[in-house]
Amino acid sequence: MDSQIADKAAQAPAKSPAAPATAGHAHGGLPRNPGMDLDLDWALGIEANTSAIERRCASLPGRRSVKKDHQAAWLLKAISCIDLTTLAGDDTEARVARLCAKARQPVRADLLAALGMEEITTGAVCVYHDMIPAAVQALQGTDIPVAAVSTGFPAGLSPFHLRVEEIRESVRAGAREIDIVISRRHVLSGNWQALYDEMKTFRAACGEAHVKAILATGELGTLRNVARASMICMMAGADFIKTSTGKESVNATLPVSLVMIRAIRDYFDRTGFHVGYKPAGGISKAKDALVYLSLMKEELGHRWLQPDLFRFGASSLLGDIERQLEHHVTGAYSAGYRHPMA
Amino acid sequence: MTIKEIFDTMDYGPAPESAADALAWLVDQGSRFGHFINGAFTAPGASFESRNPATGNVLADLTQATQEDVDAAVNAARTAQPDWAALGGSGRAMYLYAIARLLQKHSRLFAVLETLDNGKPIRESRDIDIPLAQRHFYHHAGHAQLMADEMPDREALGVCGQIIPWNFPLLMLAWKVAPALAMGNTVVLKPAEYTSLTALLFADICRQAGLPKGVVNIVTGDGAVGEMIVNAEVDKIAFTGSTDVGKRIRTATAGTGKALTLELGGKSPYIVFDDADLDSAIEGLVDAIWFNQGQVCCAGSRLLVQENISQAFHLKLRNRMKTLRLGDPLDKCIDIGAVVDPVQHAQISRLVASAPDGAVHQAAVDMPDTGCFFPPTLIEGLSPADPLMQEEIFGPVLVSTTFRTPAEALELANNSRYGLAATLWTENINLALDIAPKLVAGVVWVNGTNMFDAAAPFGGKRESGFGREGGVEGLLAYTKPKTASKPLAPVVAFDAADSPAAPTGIDRTAKLYIGGKQARPDSGYVKPVYGAKGDLLGHVGIGSRKDVRNAVEAAAGAKGWSATTGHLRAQILYYMAENLAARATEFANRLDDLTGKKTGAAEVEASLQRLFSAAAWADKYDGLAHGVPIRGVALGMKEAVGTIGILCADDAPLLGLISAMAPALAMGNRVILAASEAFPLAATDLYQVLDTSDVPAGVVNILTGSHKELGDTMAKHLNLDAVWSFSSSDLSKDIEAASAGNLKRTWVNYGTAFDWSRDQSKRFLQAATDVKTIWIPYGA
Repeated sequence: MDSQIADKAAQAPAKSPAAPATAGHAHGGLPRNPGMDLDLDWALGIEANTSAIERRCASLPGRRSVKKDHQAAWLLKAISCIDLTTLAGDDTEARVARLCAKARQPVRADLLAALGMEEITTGAVCVYHDMIPAAVQALQGTDIPVAAVSTGFPAGLSPFHLRVEEIRESVRAGAREIDIVISRRHVLSGNWQALYDEMKTFRAACGEAHVKAILATGELGTLRNVARASMICMMAGADFIKTSTGKESVNATLPVSLVMIRAIRDYFDRTGFHVGYKPAGGISKAKDALVYLSLMKEELGHRWLQPDLFRFGASSLLGDIERQLEHHVTGAYSAGYRHPMA
Repeated sequence: MTIKEIFDTMDYGPAPESAADALAWLVDQGSRFGHFINGAFTAPGASFESRNPATGNVLADLTQATQEDVDAAVNAARTAQPDWAALGGSGRAMYLYAIARLLQKHSRLFAVLETLDNGKPIRESRDIDIPLAQRHFYHHAGHAQLMADEMPDREALGVCGQIIPWNFPLLMLAWKVAPALAMGNTVVLKPAEYTSLTALLFADICRQAGLPKGVVNIVTGDGAVGEMIVNAEVDKIAFTGSTDVGKRIRTATAGTGKALTLELGGKSPYIVFDDADLDSAIEGLVDAIWFNQGQVCCAGSRLLVQENISQAFHLKLRNRMKTLRLGDPLDKCIDIGAVVDPVQHAQISRLVASAPDGAVHQAAVDMPDTGCFFPPTLIEGLSPADPLMQEEIFGPVLVSTTFRTPAEALELANNSRYGLAATLWTENINLALDIAPKLVAGVVWVNGTNMFDAAAPFGGKRESGFGREGGVEGLLAYTKPKTASKPLAPVVAFDAADSPAAPTGIDRTAKLYIGGKQARPDSGYVKPVYGAKGDLLGHVGIGSRKDVRNAVEAAAGAKGWSATTGHLRAQILYYMAENLAARATEFANRLDDLTGKKTGAAEVEASLQRLFSAAAWADKYDGLAHGVPIRGVALGMKEAVGTIGILCADDAPLLGLISAMAPALAMGNRVILAASEAFPLAATDLYQVLDTSDVPAGVVNILTGSHKELGDTMAKHLNLDAVWSFSSSDLSKDIEAASAGNLKRTWVNYGTAFDWSRDQSKRFLQAATDVKTIWIPYGA
């Protein structure tokens, strides 16, 4: 292991590669993870002790706390990392356009001014394939990328060639980020080679678009499977690993996150490549977002607090953060209707 | 810093817990404290300062107790005790419950005051110390409630002197006070002089709870006050602190009959096997050695890593150390606070500077400019021979070495004078459950560390002390059997008649019984044994120090006995009974000849009963699965104390020996028995019974000779784990004083008679076992 590479993770932000305050450069100038040969000894040698992981997660909120201006700044950071998402059967172009407008102006201008912040945007907008053109159009003139869920999302059980083709179509339609779903059955049946090959094919189909591998951790059974699947997807070239589709019964949790970001750290320590992390589903409170940010900072370091390496897949989180920010500015608790809806 | 700047740096920023309420409470008390005696605070006297180690600021003036203060406190406790005990379990439960509730209601005040006084991070006092203290009172309110049903044969000891350390001030108070009160004792407690404030706040809580006057008394001051308590008219001393002081207390209380529990130092191993979840094991280390600045008796301070993962593990560890945050203990973002006092800081610095062979790594973390802070430190590549691998540092300093195999990990782990706690990490349940029982430690944590609960006994082996806190074992340390004691008259050997008859038949001179063979006494001397009428009954060897040495060696070589099954040990005990029964008449006659009484037959019959009882218990004196508040189980496993030296009773030369030996064997101990000094032939006749009963060599060793000499050697022998004396010679004080060398468990009679006619096997089973708490959190 190269300790110098590992040291980079913890170095001061001033020395880290330039990271954008808002979205746009899908990988912030960092070299993309090219992947590597499948190394099963490594991937299958990873252990994940559930109760110890849960204890770490349970104690973290008590170990780190951000207050006052720091909390406001952290919440703004969280906004800049949100993949503002709509993945509903009744999505329409108009609905998506409204979402995109919110992504461009996630916080009321007067609040931003009071906070002394320039305009910020969310990290991306995340939609189904058919909504890509509407989103691209609505986001014209911004640097906000459109992310599309793909590969037979959420189950990933449509014919393989169609899943690959879906990626290509989405990229052609203007998606700069593709959120693929892995075949959970490859994990559950221990067919690691198949998982690796599938991910590699998806990555290739993405071309220049960045690929987020959705593990659907709620369906993988054990944290050890989560660790193994994380590692194999990174070996196959994932730019991001992501917890959930938001459609499983259990979505992003802190223990799952800890396992995945520890895998990211191990991968970085060995290869020097930064892989991003996206918890999705179930994160709806500002307070939770702060815990996730501190988890990233503690386990992966400052560099992973930028939207090119960290995203929240969330739809209702933004609303809670807006209310908290207004409370910070006025000292009075806020109400939802005071903030423009998506 | 502007919000925009913070948006870029993503610093945590300050997150201070307000000290205002705690400081206001101190001011309300006049910032000067007397003692809490008989339900009221005394006027402050000659004082010393209590400082905040993070800032050096004086928090309050505390009173150094005088002898009069201690006497007044003990008197108050003495006066209050009968009524408190008579109040009954449910009456006491009400008060304990009220105290628990009040601790909960004032939890933040306690937490902040603790952090101000001790320097520990507010997270720890808020999330760990104070909640555990509450939990202790709730749990023991239940024990008080159940006492009459669950412990009908036991009663309070009386007045308990309790001396606690500065590392967990309120928590240690709770560990001491809750069980004592639950069982009907009253207490005189001395907090550490660095950290007395939460104890004084606790006194206030006792008042609020309406606790009867004198039940809890708190005196403040330094070690001199502790000595006064040790020497006061108390019935028990409970001490948590350093091994050196523990040994002094052992010596000071020797022979006084004061019950004693000692929870002392440690150098607890932290074992990481190659199939562990390495990141979790590293996070565990943070909780093990950087918890409370490493000032934890059970801190996992000795890292043992399997050689094949050592490099990767240490790299991860050094990286993890970089993100530890050190600073203002009241900041909610701080992992490591201030060391308790400049004296302790100097001690840690001196020890770290003394490491000649290790690579000292100190994380480059931000350090406050002032205050008593020590950076997280790792010293790699040490060998067991390095003093830092053996000595307790009591600071945020981890030492490490590697091992090759599980067997070597065990050897390294157990290569210590201490035996408080141990941690092991592996995903292999076979490995974990094999290693955990073999670790010489009172507490073992599997895939976790520093887990505590009121229901799970905590305490040490070897020089980490004896006695348990928490659980039922903890209650035993605050109760005694309800038995009236009578003085034990010395039993003197008979002298020769003026013209003893010449012995008839073939000479049969018993030697000593060591390692399954008869061995001549090293001294080369024998002495005659005469019957009541002065007739010569035979000769026995005069055993001496070297014979004790040989016997202990033989016993050490028979350690396989402890690993046998209860079923097998029962079989052997039954076999002994069978063989003894076959010669019952011979033994009965021998006893009658020796003692000049006609009780031999009854004594043999009772001895057979004791063997049967012990055999019965061998596979039934089970441990427990404690209901601790985690997803997992805390096993209370009973294990043999080890090798026990026993000075056998003179007043029941066969029954006394069997009553002590049989339960000890049943639990897997090896024994060195010093036969009744007056009537030794009852023991020497047993050799053939042992020989014919499949008792493995070295499991039972029998010496004859002077109890004083044999007892002294046994008590001093550092490879004996316990010594019991039922001798009619007055040796209790000498034995207890000499036992301080390795803090062996002692059970002596203080010159009182034991009722051998009653089957009291359970008391022997208790004394013959230590409970080990094995924490096994789990999760798919």
